Amino acid sequence: MTGSLAVATTVAAHAEATLPAVGVQRAAWLLLVFPLFGAVVLLLGGKRTDRWGHLLGVAMPLAAFAYALIAFAAMLGYPAGQRSRSVQLYSWITAGAFKVNVGLQLDQLSICFVLLITGVGSLIHIFSVGYMAHDPGRRRFFGYMNLFLAAMLLLVLADNYLVLYAGWEGVGLASYLLIGFWQYKPTAAVAAKKAFIANRVGDAGLSLAIMLMFTTFGSVTFGGVFRHPGAASPGVLTAIGLLLLLGACGKSAQLPLQSWLLDAMEGPTPVSALIHAATMVTAGVYLIVRSGPIFDLSPDARLAVSIVGAATLLFGAIISCAKDDIKKALAGSTMSQIGYMMLAAGIGPAGYPFAIALLLAHGFFKAGLFLGAGSIMHGMNDEVDMRRYGGLAAVMRITTLTFGACYLAIIGIPPFSGFFAKDTVIDAAFHSGGTGGWILGICAVIGAGLTAFYMTRVMLMTFAGKRRWDENAHPHEAPPVMTWPVILLAVGAVGFGAWEILGDRLAKFLGPVSGYTPPEPAVFSTSGIVVLALAVVAIALAWAMYGRRPVPGTAPAARFPVTAARRDLYGDAINESLLMRPGQWITRLSVYFDNRGVDGLVNTVAAVIGGTSGRMRRLQTGFVRSYALSMFLGGVLLVGALLLARI
Amino acid sequence: MSPGNFVALAVILFVIGAVGVLVRRNAMVIFMCVELMLNAVNLAFVAFARMHGNLSGQVIAFFVMVVAAAEVVVGLAILMAIFRTRRSASVDDASLLKY
Repeated sequence: MTGSLAVATTVAAHAEATLPAVGVQRAAWLLLVFPLFGAVVLLLGGKRTDRWGHLLGVAMPLAAFAYALIAFAAMLGYPAGQRSRSVQLYSWITAGAFKVNVGLQLDQLSICFVLLITGVGSLIHIFSVGYMAHDPGRRRFFGYMNLFLAAMLLLVLADNYLVLYAGWEGVGLASYLLIGFWQYKPTAAVAAKKAFIANRVGDAGLSLAIMLMFTTFGSVTFGGVFRHPGAASPGVLTAIGLLLLLGACGKSAQLPLQSWLLDAMEGPTPVSALIHAATMVTAGVYLIVRSGPIFDLSPDARLAVSIVGAATLLFGAIISCAKDDIKKALAGSTMSQIGYMMLAAGIGPAGYPFAIALLLAHGFFKAGLFLGAGSIMHGMNDEVDMRRYGGLAAVMRITTLTFGACYLAIIGIPPFSGFFAKDTVIDAAFHSGGTGGWILGICAVIGAGLTAFYMTRVMLMTFAGKRRWDENAHPHEAPPVMTWPVILLAVGAVGFGAWEILGDRLAKFLGPVSGYTPPEPAVFSTSGIVVLALAVVAIALAWAMYGRRPVPGTAPAARFPVTAARRDLYGDAINESLLMRPGQWITRLSVYFDNRGVDGLVNTVAAVIGGTSGRMRRLQTGFVRSYALSMFLGGVLLVGALLLARI
Repeated sequence: MSPGNFVALAVILFVIGAVGVLVRRNAMVIFMCVELMLNAVNLAFVAFARMHGNLSGQVIAFFVMVVAAAEVVVGLAILMAIFRTRRSASVDDASLLKY
């Protein structure tokens, strides 16, 4: 009886109707308006806002966060089946059968993202006040950051794919502006362009998916597309799924569009924290989970998502193991963690809550790690090479503690959030069925071991061992405006994950959206114990390599696997040889054809006409009498011809 | 007198005029030759009108006279202007407007 009821709720869950918003939730547009207002004032206000610009830049995300909390409280007041609410703002496009309203949808999934974006985003903004204190472009920086939040909020709040796409592009623009914030550095300018172009490839996939949805379902709203997804043929559904996956790969830096993420470290460190924790890379996971009803009907597309996730999680982890640049090591780790989320999302409804749980937990600990790295750079004259760190634990106590807490969280030591979040993903991978499930699960377990290894390596090279600093480096603890956000993030990293996973709180909360009701809470699974054992081994290995032995000041010569990882596993080389070089050949060929073929033809015609006219021109001698003679001869010819014709 | 003689005279006058236009350099003389050709044509018109008993030819002769008068007015004005600036009435000297 209970079983059949559960099935009934699972089936009914997908049909959960979106009700019009009432009460405070009717003002959901405030979430967009706050950061957008900040961005507009700061970017258009010019120099006169320099003095108080950063305060406005911090106040706007905080206001949005406050509103998000109120809206969340209001949502909790509704019964479980009626929590999806929408606010219709205005009609954007009306062209025949094609109608697009700008509408916001506040449901369990979007509120998770809104709270993460505004909450973690606000902490990163506060941190930036201290981090960017001496930067002449601080006001512009806060303007871009607010724009980033506004675009991301539009992305997660949209109730149709077209408005989502607008936010999606806004995120791309803001990330371009922020990665290239120090645009006078050629590396930063190139990294910004690279990020933008890699994202454009993904965006093309998403836009094609939207077009395909419109031709198939006649609608681009979530409600319209998900009402009868089964009406489309399986091939079309798989195509939509794969195109959505391409879009997600671009934004979330998954294989094969991963190469921009490591270069994106050229931006200021708070930007890295914002991109990696609260915004941008989470968008791909959001897109997959939001489009769940389509993926549910297409096992092939789901499998592709899982494979991409599994491949990326190993790829990122391997890169991280060899990076000496602390930010790049953390960036590789982000790729890897997002890979876990994609893997979970590819499993289907059973994996969605775990993907979101890991995403939220990751938001805390990765923001904490990046801001910690920012604090270290702040104290070390912007040094990023971990071989020049060492022994920082003695001089930066708060940073050491917060970084340590986030470290334990990310490698999945039991009471910390990462353990619960990641273990459920690995467990779900093993249970996804068949040999495929085992392969995915084993990939995830190996990834967890690698995570423990590279994060321990980062910890040891940074905080332990001998001091290998520059002579003029005087590391010191960051000011309170920078330490407090990190402390709050560390607290979240420690406790939040456990809270959301234990008792399947998040899974139950997300149930109506994901269409999955968890069977029973299982904390310590077999895979969890295996992962834990592997992590301990990896920590011991890292200790043997980087803790016991002194760390050389320059990277020692290495053989194949290490050199490959140092070069991002040839990601750029592959892009260069497969895409850039052939692209250059094609352009050169086109230029040659254009110059010789098209231009040649046109130029020959022009030359012939020009030369002939040049010769004909000589007839215009300026002597009136020769003109008169030609007129006379013409007249004679005319008369002669007339006479002949008459005869 | 038969109309053929008039036509023959018109042809002779026309040829004299045409040759004058082609071989003389003085613009004044060229004008006079043009007038000669016009008058030759007029003579032919009138002769043919007489031959066919049709008034149209005579009417056209008047038109030609009016046109010739107008042409002389404009032409002589141009000629005066050229002569004032260049101190020459030779059409071969006024050859600036060329390729």
